[in-house]
Amino acid sequence: MTDGTAANDVESVDSFRDRARRWLEDNLPPAPPNQLGETSKSAAAWTRAKELQRILYDGGFAGICFPKEYGGLGLTPTHQRAFSEESRDYEMPLALNIPTLTICAATILDMGSEEQKRTHISAVLRGEELLVQFLSEPRGGSDLAGLTTRADRKGDSWVLNGAKIWSSGAYAADYALCLARTDWDVPKHAGLTMFLVPVRTPGVTVQQITQVDGSREFCQEFFDDVVLPADAVVGQVNGGWETANRQLFHERSAVGGASPYSSGIQSHSGRDVSGLVDLARRTGQLADPRVREDIGEARALNMVHDQLIARITHGIGSGALPPAAGSIVRLFSAQNSWLQADMAVRIAGASAATGTTADDAGFGQAGQDYLMRQAWSLAGGSTEMARNIISERVLGMPREFAADRDIPFNQVEHGH
Amino acid sequence: MNLDPTADQRLFQSTTREFLAKSVPVEAVRALAEAGRGFDRAWWRKGAELGWTAPLVPERFGGGSVSEAPMADLALVAVEFGRACAPGPLTTTSAVISGLVLEQDRFADLLAEIVGGETVAVWAHYEPGRGLEPRDADTTAVPDGDGFRISGIKDRVESGDQADIFLVDAHGPDGPVQVLIRADAPGVSVAPTWTLDVVRRTAQVSCTDVAVGADAVVQRDPAEATAAMRTQLRVAAALTAAEMTGATDRAFEMTMRWMFDRYTFGRQLASFQALKHRVADYKTWLEACHATAWAAANAFADDPTAAAEAVSVAKSYIGATAPGIVQECVQLHGGIGVTWEHDMHLYLRRVTLGRALYGTPGEHRRLLTDLMERNAA
Repeated sequence: MTDGTAANDVESVDSFRDRARRWLEDNLPPAPPNQLGETSKSAAAWTRAKELQRILYDGGFAGICFPKEYGGLGLTPTHQRAFSEESRDYEMPLALNIPTLTICAATILDMGSEEQKRTHISAVLRGEELLVQFLSEPRGGSDLAGLTTRADRKGDSWVLNGAKIWSSGAYAADYALCLARTDWDVPKHAGLTMFLVPVRTPGVTVQQITQVDGSREFCQEFFDDVVLPADAVVGQVNGGWETANRQLFHERSAVGGASPYSSGIQSHSGRDVSGLVDLARRTGQLADPRVREDIGEARALNMVHDQLIARITHGIGSGALPPAAGSIVRLFSAQNSWLQADMAVRIAGASAATGTTADDAGFGQAGQDYLMRQAWSLAGGSTEMARNIISERVLGMPREFAADRDIPFNQVEHGH
Repeated sequence: MNLDPTADQRLFQSTTREFLAKSVPVEAVRALAEAGRGFDRAWWRKGAELGWTAPLVPERFGGGSVSEAPMADLALVAVEFGRACAPGPLTTTSAVISGLVLEQDRFADLLAEIVGGETVAVWAHYEPGRGLEPRDADTTAVPDGDGFRISGIKDRVESGDQADIFLVDAHGPDGPVQVLIRADAPGVSVAPTWTLDVVRRTAQVSCTDVAVGADAVVQRDPAEATAAMRTQLRVAAALTAAEMTGATDRAFEMTMRWMFDRYTFGRQLASFQALKHRVADYKTWLEACHATAWAAANAFADDPTAAAEAVSVAKSYIGATAPGIVQECVQLHGGIGVTWEHDMHLYLRRVTLGRALYGTPGEHRRLLTDLMERNAA
C-alpha cells in the first residue's frame, strides 16, 4: 500500500512474529514442564488459564483470528501460527483452546446473534468466560441428532429438561452450547435447537466423572426445569442441526489440530517425542537400533500429521477437497496418538505397568497414557463416525441404512 | 500430489501423464517386461524432450525448471511415473544430475548429453549385503597418476544393464571419492539381477582395476564426496517416495472403481460398512503419503538438515504405508487381484521395490533419530 490507507494496512507476518517474540519474552513465564501433557485441571489451573488469557488480551495477542469488532485482532491463520510457534516455550492458557476458543467461540462467531458475538466472544478473549459443549447424552453416542433432552416453549422463555454427558470441563464453565429437541413431530434433524445455557443457573446439576487415568475432566449434567430466555437460542429455532454441524466442524478441526482459533502449541494427539528418547535413555536402550527405529517412526508420524493438516486445510480452503475431508485429519490424529502411546509402552517395558518409587513417574505416565489411549479416537466424535464421513462424503460411497430417516422423531423406535 | 500446482507445473504434469498414457500403456509395460527390456532408449529421449531430465540442470547446460522449485517439478513427474508404472531411469538419472551439477562447468558436455537423453547415466551406490548406513565403501579407488584405479562390486544399480555411464562411490586413500566409469570401459562387467518390479530393473556392476582419468573424477575431497552422496540419496529417496505415492494413488483409484462396479449380495461392494471403514483408513493414509511426499520435494529449498529430515519422514512413512495400502487394494479385488492378468501386481511390485531402494523405513527412521540427537546436542 503506497497511500497508507489504514484499513489495508495489515502487519506482515514477519513483523508480527518479531513483535510477539519480544512481547512473550517480557510478559510470560517459561512453560511449566507438563504444559503439553496435562490431562487433569484443578480449579487453580482454570483460574491461572483465565489470568494468562487476560495477559494475552491486554498485550494485544488474544483472538488473533477473531474479528476486531468482537475483541480479536482480525488477522490470518498464518499470523496465529507464527504466534503459536513463538509461544512454545512460554506458559500459555492452552486449557482454553478446546472447547472454549476453537469450538464454542468459533461456533458463536459463525451462527450466533450480533449480541451473542459481542457479549461472549469478547468475554472469552478477555479471559472472563469458559464455554463448553452439552452435546452427547447418556442414551446416545454417535447418533447425536437422536437426542432426547427437551426444551419446551413457555411464553417468551424455554424450559429445559434432560441430561448430557462427556462434557469436558463443565464443572468450571460459565456457559454451554446445549442442543435440545424442540419439535417431536418432525424427523430428528428438523426438530433441534441450540441454546446458550448459563451453567450456574437454577436447575442445572453438574457432576464430575472419574476417568480411567484418574482424571476428572468429564462431566455429566442434569436439567430440571431450567428456564432460558428467548435470546438464548443460537441460530434458528428448530435450525439447531445447522448450528451443531458448524460446531462439529470446528470440533473436528480442533481435535485434529487444524483450528485457526487455537492459541499456543496445541496438545493435539501427537506429542513431543523427546519423552521417548528420555524413556529409552533411562532404560538403557537408546543404542538399540530397534528402539531407535521406534523413536524415528514416532517422530515421522508427528511430522506427517502436521503435513497432512497443512494439505487438507489448504485443500478445503481452495475447494480441491470437500469440507468433510477434515475428518481425514481427525482419523489420522487418533491413529497417531495410538502409535505414540504404544511406542512409549513398548520402550518403557514392564516399567509402564509397575514400579517402586516416585522417580518411576515417567514410566508410569507411559502406562497411564496407554490406558487413556482410546480417548483420542472417542473425543470429538468416534473414529467410526470419521470413517463414515470419509467414505460417504469424501469418497462418495453409498450411505448406511438408517431406520429413522424421514420419520417423525416421536415415531422412531428407541429401545429400552 | 500437490493440490494446487502452478499453471506451468500443471502443464508439465498433464503433458507427462498424456505422453505416458499414449507411449507406455500397461500393455507396453507388460511387453517390455516380457522382452526383458527395462525401457526403450528412443522413448527415453522423447521423455527428455518433454523435460524429465531438465529440472535440476541450469539453463546454460540445456536444463531448466518450470517453477522455482525444481525438485517439486520432478516429483510431479515421478508421481506420474508411479501412476503409469512407467519404465525408465528417472530416479537414478536425477540423482546423478544432482551430483554433477555440484561441479557444474567441469561436466557441461556430459550434463547436456544426459539432459538430451542421449546418454543414460546411473548411480552405483549400494554394495552387496550393505544397507544405507554411512560406512566407507569396499570398492577401492587406488591413486594412479591424476586419476584412480577402481575395484569392487556395486549392486542395486538401477537400470545398470542399460546405462552408458556409472557414477560410482568408492573409497580412496583419504576417504570417499566419486568417479565416472563408462559401461564399456575395460574391467567393467554388468550383470542384471532379479528385481520385483517388471521394468524398473537393477544390475550388479563389477569393476576390476578400472582406470579412471582425472577428467572423470567427480569428487576427490572426502567431505565433498560425502556431501554429494547425501544430496544424491535425498534426491533419489524423495523421487522414489513420490513415485510410490503415484503408484498407490492409481491402485486406490482402480480399487474404488471396482468397488462401485462390483455387486455382491445384490449390493455394490462400496455399500458395505465393513469395507467403507477400511477404505476410509486407506484414503487417510494415502492423503498423508501425498502430503509428506510433497513436503519432502519442497524441502529441498530449505537447509540440508531440514531437507534430510523431510525426506526421511516421507521415505519412511510412504515406504511403510504404501505397500500396505496396495496389498489391501489386492484384497478388496478378491481372487482376481492375485492373478498375473490383473494390473494390481504391477503396482504392488513397484511400491515394494520403492520401499527397498534408497533407504528402507527402518533405515530412515534410524536416520531421523540420529538427526534428533544431533539437533538436541
